[in-house]
Amino acid sequence: MLDTPISRRTFLKGGGALVVTFSLTPVGAQQARNAAKSVNSDDVGAFIAIDDKGAVTLYSGKVELGTGAITAITQMAAEELSVPFARVTTIQGDTALTPNQGPTYASLSVQDGGVQIRRAAATARESLLDQAAGKLGVAKGELAIRDGVITPRAGGKGLSYAEVVGDRQLTIKVNPAAPLKDPKDYTIVGKSVPRLDIPAKIFGTFDFVQDVKVPGMLHGRMIHPAAFRAKLESFNDAACRKIPGYVRAVRKGDLLAVVATNEWAAISASNTIVAKWTDWAGLPEESRLFDYIRNSKIDRNEVFQSTGDSTAAMKQGGRMLQATYDLAMNTHGSIGPSCAVAQYENGKLTVWTPSQASHLLRGQLATMLQMKPEDVRCIYVEGAGCYGRNGSDDCTSEAAVIAREIGKPVRLQWMRQDEHGWDPKGPPSLLDYRATVDGEGRITAWESDIFLPERPLRRSGVTLLGAVLANLPKFGPESANLANPGLGVPYALPNSKLTAHWLVDTPLPAAWIRAPGRMQNTFGNESFLDEIAAATGADPFEIRVRYLKDPRGLELFERLRQFSKWEPRGSRPRDTGSVARGRGVSYAKYELVRTYVGVVADVSVERSTGKVKVDRVFVAHDCGQIINPDGLRNQIEGNVVQTVSRSIVEKLTFSRSAVTSLNWGSYPILTFPNVPEVVIDLIDRPNDVPWGAGEPTTSVIPSAIANAVFDATGARLRSVPFRPATVLAALGAVPPR
Amino acid sequence: MATTIKLTVNGKPAVLHTDDPSMPLLYALRDQLGLHGLHFGCGLAQCGACTVHYYGEALRCCVMPISAVAGAEVVTLEGLGTPEKPHPVQQAFIDEQAAQCGYCINGMIMQAAAFLATNKRPTEDQVRQALAGNLCKCGTHVRILRAVMRAAEKMA
Repeated sequence: MLDTPISRRTFLKGGGALVVTFSLTPVGAQQARNAAKSVNSDDVGAFIAIDDKGAVTLYSGKVELGTGAITAITQMAAEELSVPFARVTTIQGDTALTPNQGPTYASLSVQDGGVQIRRAAATARESLLDQAAGKLGVAKGELAIRDGVITPRAGGKGLSYAEVVGDRQLTIKVNPAAPLKDPKDYTIVGKSVPRLDIPAKIFGTFDFVQDVKVPGMLHGRMIHPAAFRAKLESFNDAACRKIPGYVRAVRKGDLLAVVATNEWAAISASNTIVAKWTDWAGLPEESRLFDYIRNSKIDRNEVFQSTGDSTAAMKQGGRMLQATYDLAMNTHGSIGPSCAVAQYENGKLTVWTPSQASHLLRGQLATMLQMKPEDVRCIYVEGAGCYGRNGSDDCTSEAAVIAREIGKPVRLQWMRQDEHGWDPKGPPSLLDYRATVDGEGRITAWESDIFLPERPLRRSGVTLLGAVLANLPKFGPESANLANPGLGVPYALPNSKLTAHWLVDTPLPAAWIRAPGRMQNTFGNESFLDEIAAATGADPFEIRVRYLKDPRGLELFERLRQFSKWEPRGSRPRDTGSVARGRGVSYAKYELVRTYVGVVADVSVERSTGKVKVDRVFVAHDCGQIINPDGLRNQIEGNVVQTVSRSIVEKLTFSRSAVTSLNWGSYPILTFPNVPEVVIDLIDRPNDVPWGAGEPTTSVIPSAIANAVFDATGARLRSVPFRPATVLAALGAVPPR
Repeated sequence: MATTIKLTVNGKPAVLHTDDPSMPLLYALRDQLGLHGLHFGCGLAQCGACTVHYYGEALRCCVMPISAVAGAEVVTLEGLGTPEKPHPVQQAFIDEQAAQCGYCINGMIMQAAAFLATNKRPTEDQVRQALAGNLCKCGTHVRILRAVMRAAEKMA
C-alpha cells in the first residue's frame, strides 16, 4: 500500500456536451496524479482504486461497444470485491489510465478482460482482509465482508474498505491464484443488472464521441479520393473562401480535408472544393469477384484440422459429393459515422476516439506520426455500434494528421458516403467442400478449402487510412496475430482436413467484422453437412448428433430439439404452396474450443419472387457461467437480427474504381417488417468459466437459413446473401420430384 | 448572410443563427442549443437517427432547412421526458432494456411516440410498419418492438 491518491475524472460535464477541460484545478491536479497511476496489468492498482469514501473506480482496458460488456465486467468486479454494484464507477479505454487488455473484440471482453479484472478484485479483497485482520486483531478466517465492510463473524466492530485503504492506491501485484468467491454466494453476478449506459441513451444525455467538444476546436470533413488508389493532382478551394466560417483546406499527400469553425461550413466546403484525382480502376469486375478470389495469389496454405487420412479415404471410393460456397463483402454500417477529436500540442497528441483498440491505435498513431508512444494518448469515447475494425481508427488517424497540420484541435466526422465507401470491409470468402459417403450413408472422408485474406485474420494488417493517404509510415505488417480464427468442424469425422489458403491481397482493404472467418467457415460446414444429410436421407438433426461426441454439445442439441419442437424432416412431403415454409438447423462450438450454440430457423419463401423471410429463430446457447442473463439475451438477439440482415440483404457493390453502395439506399439492411422472432434457451453453468457471447450466434445464422430454404423448397443456396434473384435462380434449378 | 430564426424548442423560445438558410436544423439543435439526443446518421433522411417532433409529427431534421422552421414548435428527445418524468415510451425502453449502442434509439423513441400519440392499441404488425423506415444495425429490433408494445399498452 502506498500513498498515491487516485483520480476519477478527466472530463467535466457542461453545456449539453462532453466538454474537455484543461483548467489546472481540480482536474489539472488530478491529471498530474494520473501520471503516477499504474497501467501495468500486473498491478491491482492498474484496475482498481478505492477512495476514502469507499467509492470504487474500475479501470477497464475493454470498452463498451454497445454490447453491455462494461456492465457485465463491472458486475464481476463488484461481486468479487463484495461491494454494491452502484458503488463502482468504470473508466474505460484510456491509454493513460487503463491497462492494455487487448482490443475489445473476438468475444473476449468478459471471458478474458472480465476474468482478468475478477482476479485483480479477488487479490484486492484478500489484501483488504489481511490488513483488516491486522487492524482488528482478528484472524482473517474469522472475518466476513458485506457491502465493502469487513466485520468479525463473531460480531463486534468492523472496518469499511475506506477505513482500511484510505485515499491511496493499491500497490500489490495481481495474484493469479487469489481465491475466488464461490458462485453459490453470488449476489450480483448472474443477475440481470440493468445496463449502466441505457438511461442516458434514452433521455438524450449520453455523450457519444460525436458529442465531444474541445475548446477552440475546428470542424473537419474529408474529401476522399474519387477512386481507391487515385492520387491527388491538385485542388482549388477558391469558392470555399466565400463560405462564412471556412478556415482552410488541409493537404498531406493524397489526404485532403477542409476545416471550418462550424460543422455546416465544413460540410459545405467539402461539397464546394474542387479536387482533381488521377484515374484508377484496379478493382476486379464485381460479377467476377469469386473468379478473382480463386485466382488470387496465395501467400501460404495452413492445415487447420486434420483427422485420419482424408486423401487415402477418398481414394477408397464411395459416393462423392462436392459443393462451393461464397459470401459477399460487407460494410460495418454503424448507424453513426466515424468521428474523432484530435489535439496536437507541444509535441503531444491526444485523441478522443471510438476505436475498439485504444492501445493498439496508440502504437499505430505513434508510428504514423513518428512519435514516441508515450506522447500519444488515446481516450475511448463510445461511438455508434462497433462490430469489428470499422472506420473509427481510420477517421481518428485522419483527424490526427489534420490536427498536427493545423496546430489546432479538430473534430472530424465522416459523412455517410465516407463510412460506406471507406471503412475496411468484411472480405469476400470462398469455400470448397468435398466428401465421400459409403453405402450406408456414412461419411468416409471430408475435405474443405477456405480462401481468406491473410490480412487481417492472421496479421494485424489493417493499416490506418490516414497513413495510407498522407503517405506516412504504416504500422508494421509483421506484428503478431490478432486472432485465431479456429477453423474446422466441431464433429468427430473419421478422415477430415481443412486447409486455409491465405490470400496475399483482397480487392478492397479488409477487416474483421463480427465472427470473422468463423461465420464463413460455419456456413460452409453446416451447409455441406446438410447437403450430405439430404443426399443420404438423414434427418439434419440426426446426422449432426451422429457425429457429435462432445457431451456438452449433445446436451445443447437435446435442449434445442425439445424447445424448437424439431420433428424429423427427411420423409416429409415438400411444401408446394405459393409460400413455402421450412426449417433448418445449424450448430457451432465457437473456434472449436468455447461457447456452444445451436439454432433452428423457420423461414418462408415466396416462390414467385424468391423473397426469403426468416420468421423465427430458436437459439440454444451455452457460454458457461452467465454474468448477466438479460444482457446475454440482448447480445444473442442482436447477433441473430444483424446476421439475418447479412444473410439475406446486405451486399457491397463496387465499380472498377470504388465502392458504389454508398448509403442505405444502395446498401439496404434488414428493417422491422422482416425482423424474425427470436426465442432463446440459455444454458447457465455457474460453476464454469464464462465464455464470450458477442459472436458465436452470428456464426450459425446464414447456414440455418440456407438449410431452412432447402427444407422448404429443395433449392440449395450456396451464395450469401440470399437475395430474391439468387433464390429464384436456385428455385429454377430444383429438379422435379 | 447572417440570419436569425426564432422558434419554440421543448416548450421554450429559442433563437438559432445561421449564415446559410439551407443549413439543416440538425446542426443548430446539436451545436447551438447543445441538444445532442438527436444524432447525425446519414444526412439523407434514410435512417431516422435525427428524428425530432415538428408540431407533434416525426421529422428528420438532417434534411430540414433551418429557414423552414421559423415559428415552429419542435420537441427533441430531451423535451419528450426526463428521468424524473419519463414519457411512457422512454420508460418502456428502459424497462425492456431496448438499446445496444443506442445511437439510433432517439429515432426509435421519437418515431414511436409520434405514432402512438395518434394510434391507440396498435397491432405489432402496425408498429413494425410504423418503424419500417428507422434503421438499427445492432439488431435491437426485437426489444424495440417489445418496448413500443409495452408503451402502447400504457398509453391506451
